[in-house]
Amino acid sequence: MNRKILLALSTALLMGVSSVQAQDVAKIAMVAELSGAGAPAGTNWRDGIKIAIEEINADGGILGKQVELPEYDTQTDPQVSRAMVQKAIDDGAFAILGTIYSGSTLVNMLVAQQSEIPQFVGSEAPTIVQKGNPFVFRTSSGAQKGVPALVPYFTDTLKAQKVGIAWVNNEFGKGGRDVFAAEMEKIGIEVIADVPSEQGATDYASDVAKLKDSGADAVFVYMNQEEAARFLIEAKKQGLSMPLVGEVTLTEAKVIELAGGAAENAIAHVGVTATATEIPGIAEFNEKFVAQFKRNPTHDAIKGYIGAWATKYVTEKVGEFDGAKFADAMKNLCLPVAEYPRMLLDTCWDETGEMSRPSFMVQVKDGAPVVIGTVPAN
Amino acid sequence: MSQFLQVLLSGLATGSIYALVAIGFTLVWQAAQTVNFAQGEFVMVPAFFVLVGMHVLGFPLALAVGFALLASIVVLGFVFKKLIVEPILPSGGISLIIATMALGILLRESVKEFYGAEAQPFPPLFPTDPIHVFGAVVSMQDLLNLVISLGVVILLTLFLNRTRTGRSMQAAAQNPAVAEILGVDVKRMIMYAFLINAALAALASFLITPVYLAKFSNGETLGLVAFIAAIVGGFNQIRGALVGGLLIGVLDNFVATYITAEYRAALPLILLIVIILLRPQGIMGTSEGRAV
Repeated sequence: MNRKILLALSTALLMGVSSVQAQDVAKIAMVAELSGAGAPAGTNWRDGIKIAIEEINADGGILGKQVELPEYDTQTDPQVSRAMVQKAIDDGAFAILGTIYSGSTLVNMLVAQQSEIPQFVGSEAPTIVQKGNPFVFRTSSGAQKGVPALVPYFTDTLKAQKVGIAWVNNEFGKGGRDVFAAEMEKIGIEVIADVPSEQGATDYASDVAKLKDSGADAVFVYMNQEEAARFLIEAKKQGLSMPLVGEVTLTEAKVIELAGGAAENAIAHVGVTATATEIPGIAEFNEKFVAQFKRNPTHDAIKGYIGAWATKYVTEKVGEFDGAKFADAMKNLCLPVAEYPRMLLDTCWDETGEMSRPSFMVQVKDGAPVVIGTVPAN
Repeated sequence: MSQFLQVLLSGLATGSIYALVAIGFTLVWQAAQTVNFAQGEFVMVPAFFVLVGMHVLGFPLALAVGFALLASIVVLGFVFKKLIVEPILPSGGISLIIATMALGILLRESVKEFYGAEAQPFPPLFPTDPIHVFGAVVSMQDLLNLVISLGVVILLTLFLNRTRTGRSMQAAAQNPAVAEILGVDVKRMIMYAFLINAALAALASFLITPVYLAKFSNGETLGLVAFIAAIVGGFNQIRGALVGGLLIGVLDNFVATYITAEYRAALPLILLIVIILLRPQGIMGTSEGRAV
């Protein structure tokens, strides 16, 4: 009899403890490409978020609650990503950070929207913020904002008359390619070679041979990390001499690591870069990341970091864990770095969830990305 | 002209590496009457042996390549034969085929588990600077890959046709019972076939990974294309595997450059269908003969 009472009391006590724990914890779900082709982006995204969550918890959490960060791997598969977002919501997440691959985000953001869960994504395809989803927010500018920032570089610096485009045939690549081609048409630069390749492609011999023979003055390279690295290796192998200019990924740390010397002199416009160490917040983040993970952070790491901190700042502005109120608060919101230092740069969102902030032109020199110019917010 | 030369050279270089892998299919088929569906993974794994040699054991590149070659011959040749082929073969070829599929998954997932899902950089074995040939700028790396692959195929053919051991291997493949009566150590000859297959896979790995990067999933496409190359060329002939590999490599590059890049992945499958319809034994294959 005593044993039964003891068992019942223990169970009740444990239930009480877990109930108290559940009440004191807020869950932010990290849903990202931790394996498959998107793993370089996803693991950086995750690790940037981890640093942010440690800082947030050290800072008292969100609205007094400590933050838990359950991780969900999409395997870089859109259908899996949809299931993972649903699982994260079922597990009680009040916000979702991810995904990065646009093809996945376009599929899974509908699930978060139905449950009115705010979702910060690392994706850059223009279509993501054109679907009228009030719960999706970018952590970097979409291609329709980022790619036009490159135009002055092609016209003023390279003085290009004819350009080639090498792009990966997925949602991300198509978005960037379309915006770039439209921008070139607007200013009268001829796209002389338009070379798509499949996601996960390994052999770029024919792509580079076509570009080499096209007579282009410069090539716009718009691919994911591993594909960009393979492209650069093949470009060096075949002696492709024209400037290779990309948006975001082309000068990332992972691409430089994979391509080695083949990445030298590659140029890219990046929304945010860990090499912009003249900005105090970025320098501090960079140091923490290197100390904790023994490698340099990519822009995806900073995007994840910003997404986590934005979640805290906006939730505390709203004053409660309410997805609909969160979405309302995000409309035309600006978080100046003077007031919100962990945003690293002055950051604004419009009514569609599109982001705007200053950005950088970066070139690979001596095996490291170096900032060669800044681009004002557009 | 420059573009044509470069595309041809790249196609031949890649095709010659496909041929090395396809020859492995042929050797295993002749030796054990089975298809090794882990062959793609046999090409993926040696690159990681090199990385382990360099990053874990601290070897310089040349020593790491030697270590990886040895490790591949032992693990993917000797251990594979002793632990998987010998116990399962008496149950029939189909059982062994399924076992090699499982082995492929095991190798893939093990590399992913222990080395991560991300691609890893792999140092080039040769200079990567382009050179000038007949006025065209072509890749030195492609040229050397082609020369080495073809050189190895020629040496292998000479070994099989001109040496006592090679002829014994052919005898063991053609008629094991008669070969045994004539004093050939059939078991040893079969073991040699597996060791040579492992060495060829390792060589293909060292040549192709600097361009493809080291990744757990590399074997999926490579294994499939090499399998198709072996069928297209003729599954029971080494020269068939060579022709099939080169043909797919060159056609793939020409189609991607001059026709369409979007459907290049379908090309080997289309070729496979055409060959099966028109010449089921393959371009160089024979209907009934079996010769290593």
